[in-house]
Formats: sequence, C-alpha cells, structure tokens
Amino acid sequence: MSDLDTFRAETRAWLEANCPPEMREPVRDDQDVYWGGRKATFKNDAQKAWFEACRDKGYTVPAWPKEYGGAGLSPAEAKVLREEMARIGARPPLSSFGIWMLGPALLHFGTEEQKKKYLNEIARGEIRWCQGYSEPGSGSDLVSLQTFGEDKGDHWVVNGQKIWTSYADKADWIFCLVRTDKNDKYRGITFMLFDMETPGVSTKPILLISGNSPFCETFFDDVKVPKDQYVGEINRGWDVAKYLLGHEREMISGADSSERGAGIGAMLKRQTGELDPVLRAELAMFDVDALAFSAMGEKFLDEVKVGKAHPAQPNMMKYAGTELNKRRHELIMAAGGSAVLEWESEETDGGKPARSWLRTKANSIEGGTSEVMLNVISKRILELPGA
Amino acid sequence: MPLYHTDDQTMLSDTVGQFMAEEGAIAKQLRHWRDRDCKDGFGHALWKQFAEMGFTGILVGEDDGGLGMGHVEAGIVLEEIGRNLTPSPFLTSAVLAGTALQHGSDDLRGRWMPGLVSGESVFAVAIDEGAKHRPERIRTRAEKSGNGFRLSGRKDFVVYGGSADMIVVAARTSGADDDAEGITLFAVPKDVAGMSHDAVRLVDSSMATHTTFDNVELDGDAVIGEVDGGREILNKVLMAGRVGAAAEGVGVARGAMDMTVDYLKQRKQFGKLIGEFQALQHRAAHLYSEVEIARAVTIKAQQLLDAGSEKADLMASVAKAKVGKAAGLAVKEGVQMHGGIGMTDEYDIGLYMKRDRALAEFMGDVYYHAGRVAEMSGY
Repeated sequence: MSDLDTFRAETRAWLEANCPPEMREPVRDDQDVYWGGRKATFKNDAQKAWFEACRDKGYTVPAWPKEYGGAGLSPAEAKVLREEMARIGARPPLSSFGIWMLGPALLHFGTEEQKKKYLNEIARGEIRWCQGYSEPGSGSDLVSLQTFGEDKGDHWVVNGQKIWTSYADKADWIFCLVRTDKNDKYRGITFMLFDMETPGVSTKPILLISGNSPFCETFFDDVKVPKDQYVGEINRGWDVAKYLLGHEREMISGADSSERGAGIGAMLKRQTGELDPVLRAELAMFDVDALAFSAMGEKFLDEVKVGKAHPAQPNMMKYAGTELNKRRHELIMAAGGSAVLEWESEETDGGKPARSWLRTKANSIEGGTSEVMLNVISKRILELPGA
Repeated sequence: MPLYHTDDQTMLSDTVGQFMAEEGAIAKQLRHWRDRDCKDGFGHALWKQFAEMGFTGILVGEDDGGLGMGHVEAGIVLEEIGRNLTPSPFLTSAVLAGTALQHGSDDLRGRWMPGLVSGESVFAVAIDEGAKHRPERIRTRAEKSGNGFRLSGRKDFVVYGGSADMIVVAARTSGADDDAEGITLFAVPKDVAGMSHDAVRLVDSSMATHTTFDNVELDGDAVIGEVDGGREILNKVLMAGRVGAAAEGVGVARGAMDMTVDYLKQRKQFGKLIGEFQALQHRAAHLYSEVEIARAVTIKAQQLLDAGSEKADLMASVAKAKVGKAAGLAVKEGVQMHGGIGMTDEYDIGLYMKRDRALAEFMGDVYYHAGRVAEMSGY
C-alpha cells in the first residue's frame, strides 16, 4: 500500500469514529454552519463534537502548517481528506472568512508572530473575522476608498464607513482597508486588523431583497488602532487586497462548481412532472452550458495546480460561473411557477427557492462585478488597449 | 487524467500548428482551390503531406500501419485545420471512415487502411438523409441478393463524396425506418455501378454530394462488422465525428477570435483604437470566456472517448453543442467588429463565418445536440 492509500484508510477510520451521523446531513440553514468566534453557540452536541474533533486534529484547516493550528497535510493528502469527507457527506466543521481570506493573506504576507497568534485563533474557531473593503462611495472603484487612519505615533485614529461587511454584527475582529496617505491612491492604503469591540466601532445590518441580512454597514468613529496591527507594509495594503481578491475570485469560481456543473433539466422535470416545450428547450441549452462549464472548472483547477492557468483566468471563471448560476435560478423559478413564489410557507422551507433566486443576483456583484471581470479579461488576457 | 495537453501532446500541437500555418494557410489552400473552381475542394498534394507527417494514420492502429493515437491527438490536428480553414478530407477520412473501418475485418482493413495511411485514398461517410442530421432514422435499404446486397436510397451532405475512393454507407438491412437495430455499415468503393453523385459546392467552398444508390450490387465482404449490427459502430463513428467536428470548430472559433482581437488593436476611429471602447472590450471578453469553455469541454469529450467512458456520448453532444454556440458567436462578433471590411471577400473573417455555418450543421447542430443532452439526462 502506498503512503497515500494508508492515509486514506486511516482518514476513513478516523472520520467513521469522529463524524456524527447528524453532521453527514446536508446543510439546511445558517444554523447548521458553525462559524466560531466569541459569540458562537453550537446548535447541538453533534456539531460541537464534530468541530472539537476536527480542531484537535488540525482538520479545520488541514493544509495549514501544524504550528499554526493546521494538520500540515500535503496537497495530495488534503485532497484525500476532501474526497473522504465528500464521500460520507461530512459538513465543514468550521466556516469562516479567517480560513478563506485572512488566513491565506497572513500565510503570504504575515510576520511569524502574526501567523502564530491569528492563524491559531482562526484554526481553533476562537475569533470570527469580517472583511472591511467596500465603502458607500467605493464599490467597483474600491481603490478610491476614503476611510482614513490618522497617524498618532503609536496608533492610528480611524474614521469612516464600510458597507457590505459580511456578518460584521457577529464578527470579533475585522481586516480592513484604511487610507493612510491621501496623496497616493494605490500606495496610500494600509491593511489593518482590529477588534470590533474597540470603542467607536458600530454596525447596522442591511435588509436585502431576499429578506435576509448577511451584510452590515460598519461605522468607525475615532477608533484607536495600535500601530503594529497591519499586514504587509504600511501604505502597501493594496497589494494584500489584490492578492486576496484574486483568492476570493478563485474561491467563488471554484466553490460549488460541481453544483453549477450539474444539469437541472432532469431535476425540474421530476419536481414539476411536465415541462413546457419551450422551457424544456431553454433547460437543454442551459444544461449544455452548465456541463461545459463543469469541464472548464475541472480544467481550470488542473491548470492551477501546475501553474498553467493564466493569472487572470480566475476572473473569467468568476464571470462565467456567476452568470451561469443566475440563469440556473431564473430557470428554477420559471419551472416552479406560482408554487415557488411562496415566501414563508412550510412547503418551500420558508421561501427558499425565491430567497435563493434573489440571493444569486449578488453573485455577479460581490467580489467584483461581472463588468469589472470583463474589464480585467480585456486588459490582462486579451491585452486590449487602454482597458 | 488532467484536462490539459501532456508534454507530448503540446509538442504535437506545436508541430501541427507550425505545419498548418505554413502549408494549410488560407491563401495557399482555401483561396487557391476555391479561385480555381477545384472540383475536389481540397488539394491532394497537401493530403499527401498529411500522410508524410503521420496525420492520416493518427487514429489507425499500429498493426494497420498507423500511429495508434487517440482523439485528443486527432483533435489537435483538427483544431489547427479549423484555425487555418484548411480544406481537408481529414475529418471524413481519418476520423469518421477510419473509425468505421477499425470495426471491419482484417480483409477490409487490409484493403482500405494502407491507402488512408499513405494519403493515396480519400474517404467519405454517407449518413444523413435530408437536410438535417437525423441518424436515428435510416431509410436507405440494402436487401440480401445472392452472396451480397443490393443497395438503394439517397444520402445527403456527403462531404467530399465526389472525391472519395470509398464511402462508408449506413443502410437498413432489416426493420422499420425508425428502428435502432437493423442497420449495417458498408464500405462502398467509388466505381460501383448504380451509384451517382450530384456534386454541390457549399457556402464555405467545400464540396459535398447528394448520392443516389440505384440497386447497387455489393459483395458480402463490403460489410463493416456484422449484418444488422451496424448501429453500435455507427454510434462510435458519430461520436468520433461529433468530437472531431467540435475540435475543428474550436479552431475556427479561436482563429476568428484572434483575428478580431488583433483588429481591435489596429483599427482607429474617433482618433482612438477601437479596442479602447468598452462596448467592444466587454463583448470580446465574453467571447473569450465562451471559447475557453468550449475548448475545455471538447478536450474533456476527447479524453472520455479515448478512455472508452460511458459518459463520452453525453459529453460529445455537450461539446458539439457548446462549440456550435461559441464558434457561432466568434464569427458573428468577428464580422461585426470588423465593420464594413468584414463584409468583403478580400478579408478572411467572412471565410470563418462561412466555414462555421457548414461545420455547425455537420454531425448535428446545436439544437439537435441540446435535445440529445435533454434526452440523455432524462427529460
């Protein structure tokens, strides 16, 4: 048996012993996702047991080094773990922007001291992070951001407002883009880290068209941030932000690509019994695009692994994947008819189809709009002039 | 298997790309033969060069003198054919007829394979009956007659049928028109009595025939595989043809797109390069995305076909449909973004549009294949 086969056998046995049956059920609502942090509570004992087992094994962040709370798995071992978890339908033990976004930035730009402290806190689910990027006047043109940190020697005093801060009301700390030099647009931003309990920080949830409030407005009113709480270099936070945006686009484009790659015609036929012939034709055309995109996703990941993908290719994946997902939910609504208009009924699990449909409209806005993605493709891949 | 070319395949791609850009170029082949009203619609000399390069036998087994490679490699040749709009009987001979012959007896392969590998012979396939690809229905009939068969019926869109030394004909030997079973494939030599061609030049300057079989007497040894057992072979031929046509379509799409993106970087209006206008940038970027996806699924289908996977049939249809969409978009955007010059015969972009139209129909169009995807998915 190869080392990898041994690892697979061990992993399988470990999962069998440690992943409770309840944690092998599909995630049904936000309560089923454990986000960690100071304010976190477990939905049930199974969720707690599963999280703790993974935390102790380093499996909340399996590919991170052991000294930072991970399990130090090689890419091949991490893949085996993913496969084995997928095989039994195991839920992720911990979800967080710390794992997906800040962690990768710290691994790349952080000091040893920062990595030891922050990465361990993330891996152990002790601190829940949120991301402070967008501002009311700085959406697609993010680099125009105005939130300002005034240098007071050993600390900054931060004033301004962020918007679309995911789960800011539930987060413990924020990683935040703050202008520290008003004279340099790109080289005048610092990537700061601070506690959401610092005096002067307040949040206000935004009610969305889906009826949910995953995002907040976040206000900073004379917030004191110690001068050692930044990542990378002072005034070079844009480099960190760009790195993270690339990572985010890769994540969005890669996330549930298997779901996006599955056809929906057969599922909708089962649900509705009969399909209008013109709708059937549209579904068939959609399924062609979805199945083709699944091959694209596979090719993209294969190429990323060996460094063959164009560095701007995640922008294309994000563009194509999110536009496809919007179409998917338009068709689900069309096939469902009046039944999926129900907003609160038990039959629709509280209006799930309609709320999901509305949620997908943000796919092509968040993390860079489709239009920005097309700009990047024009400039960096097609090398069109003046783009 | 990772979804990108191996080092060997990349090397092949470089070799083929260079060869086709030189020898298969639009001015040297497509325009040359078109402007001389060539009745074959392609150059035999280039076909011989294909043989010297090993392309003609790329899918032919090593025992039969070929290279014994797969559909990924054949697809590399086809993509470059597409990019250069090279008129060539490669798809009909080496991919379609070649795939059929692989299921033939030793005698049959011994009779036809050497000519294919050496570039002496050109083959065609006669499947379609009517203006649309509907291989589920086959009316052309072959009745038992002595030790052989008597073939009657009419086939359409027989690409390069008038130049073919042998035509693979799908005919019904039993059952009703719409039956899946009861099909037999025949290798019909060019000089048989009772076969007549009505040769037509198509929009892309390629040649095809309406071919009529009027009591054509065939020997029993013209049968490819088993009598009444031809559907399975036909399906393999169709799969190879669909994936092959998709690969050529990817080449057409990339050729048209590259040409158009170059044009956006050269043409000036309103004192600017037109590629500076966001209205055009976004359309070009969307096109890029579609063409990349079409290429990915085509390689996926090639790999599944080479692996003998049962998913190959579905992905072959997905690939043909997706390429139909993406290449169609590439040529339409290409002509529009070129503006007035795109409407002229002098400029090559219009040739891409014409080739795409013919290729879109060949082996089934986007609607046919999207319909198949729906059926195979269960709705």
